[in-house]
Amino acid sequence: MKLRYLKNVATLRLSAEKCNGCGRCAEVCPHGVFSVNERKAKIEDKDCCMECGACAKNCPAQAITVNSGVGCAQAVIKGWLTGSEPSCDCSSSEGCC
Amino acid sequence: MSNEKSCCCSAESCCSTETITPFNKNDEWVTGEIHTPKGKVPVVSTKLHFKDVLGAWKVRWGMGMMNYKISPGLYAVGKPDHTSPVLVSANYKLTFDVLRKELSGLDCWILILDTKGINVWCAAGKGTFGTDELVDRISKTGLSEIVSHRKLVLPQLGAPGVSAHKVTQGTGFSVIYGPVRAKDIKAFLDSNCNATKEMRTVKFTAWNRLVLTPVELVAAAKISLKVFGVLFLINLLAARPFGLPDFIAYMGAVLTGTVITPLLLPAIPGRAFAWKGWLLGLLWTLGFIWYNGWFAPGFLLLAIGYLLVLPSLSAYLAMNFTGSSTYTSFSGVIKEMKIAVPLIALSTVAGIVLVLIESL
Ligand code: SF4
Ligand code: SF4
Repeated sequence: MKLRYLKNVATLRLSAEKCNGCGRCAEVCPHGVFSVNERKAKIEDKDCCMECGACAKNCPAQAITVNSGVGCAQAVIKGWLTGSEPSCDCSSSEGCC
Repeated sequence: MSNEKSCCCSAESCCSTETITPFNKNDEWVTGEIHTPKGKVPVVSTKLHFKDVLGAWKVRWGMGMMNYKISPGLYAVGKPDHTSPVLVSANYKLTFDVLRKELSGLDCWILILDTKGINVWCAAGKGTFGTDELVDRISKTGLSEIVSHRKLVLPQLGAPGVSAHKVTQGTGFSVIYGPVRAKDIKAFLDSNCNATKEMRTVKFTAWNRLVLTPVELVAAAKISLKVFGVLFLINLLAARPFGLPDFIAYMGAVLTGTVITPLLLPAIPGRAFAWKGWLLGLLWTLGFIWYNGWFAPGFLLLAIGYLLVLPSLSAYLAMNFTGSSTYTSFSGVIKEMKIAVPLIALSTVAGIVLVLIESL
């Protein structure tokens, strides 16, 4: 069963004009959000995006933007308490934020 | 322990300029050394020893999680030469163990980045598994003189930290993202570095979720000790002292939030983690209260109090599991928390007041 998180919150945006169809985004996305056909990328399933930022970081044409961050409640709480950017502090726990 | 051992610099192994990657000769996982144009590189075993397994177990249970790391640098598996593939990974020992275990029978190089002992995914999020460190490590190890090709295989989960095109600009090496799971590495290399869609997709199986729960449980247990301390003090002046049933009710709610909810995740209706935890916590509390016959008039305040506190506790603990999950987004967690945290806080405070009124 495919696990899904909240609907319509992902901040992922793709600019089709800038895209050169290299296919990198489809290669890096851990949730298969992109498909690339006829040298154009397309967002197939935006609600699966976990905002990891891999696609934006690896797109050579800067065609993708996403507000990436850690999807981790504890990090967010710490951010709220300290007034800083949420960042995960998991020293080295295996499945951390 | 003899004195000789304490100072590693007197030994010839780690300060020699000819050694690319410093290592401890006593480590069972190093089986020898291999000579390259740039110096000596440690050869690592593809088998896990008892110590490796024990180490992994300790990490999972949250004991000695710090400092489980190896030296960054270049390592060899089998008998690699200048045409052998180069795999890139993090210097978290657990990550390294999982990788080398899958490489039996292969000849390849492993380039270990300094991620401060953090796994690939987290380090990529922080940027320590990143473009700069990779470019730096390539030049420090002299990799371009050790291999004649210009290809690196990176774990796909490292992609959030690395800009493939920038690495190519900086070093001439092209980046191929390998499969998400180490067990697919062989198939990936055999198929000329083609990953199937299945190899590229992150899964979050019941087993994946289960191995993550001990750490959550240990963290919850540490806080629980403080709760028990306070309850003990309250007991000194309480009319109805807290006893075994209260303890069971509480532990049940903790287990529901830290273990049962993560395990049953896909089966619980709804999407927000806090909601899922709350739902199961409610079921547990209702069941427990009914079993104890606390729906009777004399216990009503207590029952309502617990119905407010315990499901909130499960909800909070379940929400923390978002940090361990592999599909929750930042925006999603923020949205969930903006609703859940105030509700959890209100309900908990109201519940505690009711329980105390009943008990004092
Ligand atoms: S990585 Fe960028 S340029 Fe390449 S296919 Fe995706 S959107 Fe287009
Ligand atoms: S941010 Fe991550 S999950 Fe979202 S589309 Fe990009 S690569 Fe996929």
